[in-house]
Amino acid sequence: MESFIEFFSFTNPNVRYVTLGCILLSVSSAVVGSFTFLKKRALVGDAVAHSVLPGVCLAFILSGTKNPVYLIIGAFITAWISLLFIDLVTKRSKIKEDTAISITLSVFFGLGIMLLTMIQHSGNASQSGLDSFLFGKAAALIGTDLYVFGGVAFILLFVVGLFFKEFTLIAFDTHFAQVIGLPVKRIEFVLTTLTVLAVVVGIQAVGVVLMAAMLITPPAAARFWTDSLRKMLVIAACLGAFAGLSGAYISYIAPSMPTGPWIVMVISFIAVLSFLLAPQKGILFKWLKQRKIRQTILEENILKAFFLLGEREKNFYQTLGIERILEKRHFPLGALKKTLPILRFQGYLKKVGNEWQLTQAGFHKGQRVVKLHRLWELYLTEYLHIAPDHVHDDAETIEHIISPEIEKQLEKKLNYPTLDPHQSEIPYR
Amino acid sequence: MIQHVENPVLEIHDLTVTYNKKPVLWGIDLTLPAGSLVGIIGPNGAGKSTLIKSVMGLVPSGSGYVRVFDKTLDESRGRISYVPQRESVDWDFPASALDIVLMGRYGKLGLFKRPRKADYEVAEDCLRKVGMEGFKNRQISQLSGGQQQRVFLARALAQEADLYFMDEPFAGVDASTEKAIIQLLREMTQKGKTVIVVHHDLQSATKYFNWIILLNMRLVASGPVETAFTEALLQETYGGKLTLLSDVSDLVQKNQFPSREK
Repeated sequence: MESFIEFFSFTNPNVRYVTLGCILLSVSSAVVGSFTFLKKRALVGDAVAHSVLPGVCLAFILSGTKNPVYLIIGAFITAWISLLFIDLVTKRSKIKEDTAISITLSVFFGLGIMLLTMIQHSGNASQSGLDSFLFGKAAALIGTDLYVFGGVAFILLFVVGLFFKEFTLIAFDTHFAQVIGLPVKRIEFVLTTLTVLAVVVGIQAVGVVLMAAMLITPPAAARFWTDSLRKMLVIAACLGAFAGLSGAYISYIAPSMPTGPWIVMVISFIAVLSFLLAPQKGILFKWLKQRKIRQTILEENILKAFFLLGEREKNFYQTLGIERILEKRHFPLGALKKTLPILRFQGYLKKVGNEWQLTQAGFHKGQRVVKLHRLWELYLTEYLHIAPDHVHDDAETIEHIISPEIEKQLEKKLNYPTLDPHQSEIPYR
Repeated sequence: MIQHVENPVLEIHDLTVTYNKKPVLWGIDLTLPAGSLVGIIGPNGAGKSTLIKSVMGLVPSGSGYVRVFDKTLDESRGRISYVPQRESVDWDFPASALDIVLMGRYGKLGLFKRPRKADYEVAEDCLRKVGMEGFKNRQISQLSGGQQQRVFLARALAQEADLYFMDEPFAGVDASTEKAIIQLLREMTQKGKTVIVVHHDLQSATKYFNWIILLNMRLVASGPVETAFTEALLQETYGGKLTLLSDVSDLVQKNQFPSREK
């Protein structure tokens, strides 16, 4: 708790720098990455991330310093060459894009590792720390470096804001953008430049190897929570900020823990949670919905059994024991025993001693299900010309889903029939 | 049977298109009058979509030129609209129907400008014209195929263009949508706009269009429906696939020949 307060009071300037740096980098790569994600260019983002390494190393060899401005320029150049290389290979050879991307990624990364090893063995005293580009070193985000990277992050957000409309259209429908006269090539150049810049600043925190996660995971997680692009950008930025903050905090309380990989872990964990828990699209939501549907079907089937038994014995309000219900229709015993009290609670059944009896509401509900079943059977035989002995199974499912509006249409279309295809009476209320 | 007109809306002059070095359209030469509802008709692989894409500059042409309203294509961009095939985009994109229709205003807005209130009004009005005003905030993946096609049409309308290219707007839509769309296209041409439609169905062609282009790798006919839509010409378009022509195409591709000597 003490360290929690210490961290979040931000009295230590180092903590302040590192945290602010992590948040800025995560937010800007999440926002730029949203468009990479929507354009389905996630793999290209990964290739770009790996391709900045040789540029960084070359810039260091040529300039002899770790001045971030030089490193950014170097990274920028090789990242662009890699993109052109992917384009060239895809256009000029039979090699498909995915192959071109993975070839480019490994060639550039291999070159980078080679240069890095050379630098490390050159005995240059100022080289120490250059290897942090591999996995990132957020703790080194201090002083002037932070100003440079913070500045770049702000520029990224500003330009995305400026081009929001154009980026959206191009991500959705490039051809249309071209036809209405948008300078598509130039706008794509801007977007790619932003991606490269986001990668260049982002690798400070997480390194080239993990950079793709910073671009792609926040928008992928955010997409689960909204159908609006604006909201998606905001959510992706917030998730990125949270991950950046968490990474900084974790490495603060446990100094042996690396910041960058923790940022990636946190954002990935959020993505998995979104996948499981998001409304509408999440797995849990879908599972709960399925379970609710199954329960509804079970409840309606029990009431239907009561109605059918009542129809046979000409007494809808007779009391029935569990055995009698099971005679009419097989239900799993446990589910039946659990659902009967639920139906009583809902007001559809009464308990009389050890037996059960329909209430008036329960009678109407059972009657409606039977009516829908028989109407649907009739519809299938009359309009789809399906044989009467083939319509029962279909009606068993459809009877639970027909809405009151469709019910009215069905009655009207069939002209309020009295008998179903098996000559059973269709019960109207 | 190729009928040329005076003061054409669109002039295609000796257009040849190659796709991966394979010639798919040979020497297309035609002119279209203003206010016509044009159907481009031909079998699968005839190059119907390629023709309109090439006219709009989406597919590079090997030779020839295109003039729109007697100007170059780039000078006329503001007056051209396009309804792509519905499957050409990812409908799971995070956008509402209104967002998509607003995209039709982007060309008029220019770079960096946000849609203004007037643009929203035009977009909503266009949604109303295609009968989709009740769905403006619906996420586009939750629309049916016909509704998605209507949204695309509304986007083109929002552009307030004079020449419209539509790639199979009737593919996979319900009967009521088809009726609504054709009704709308007729109203547009009555106001002097020109609509060019890539169409698949021979049955409805004579009912829908007043100008027909018959295409099968080369131009078979272009003219008013009465003169161009004849059995002999249809036979030539559909029955008489020129085996020799496609053989030469294949040969050009195989040997990586340039489509024109330079």
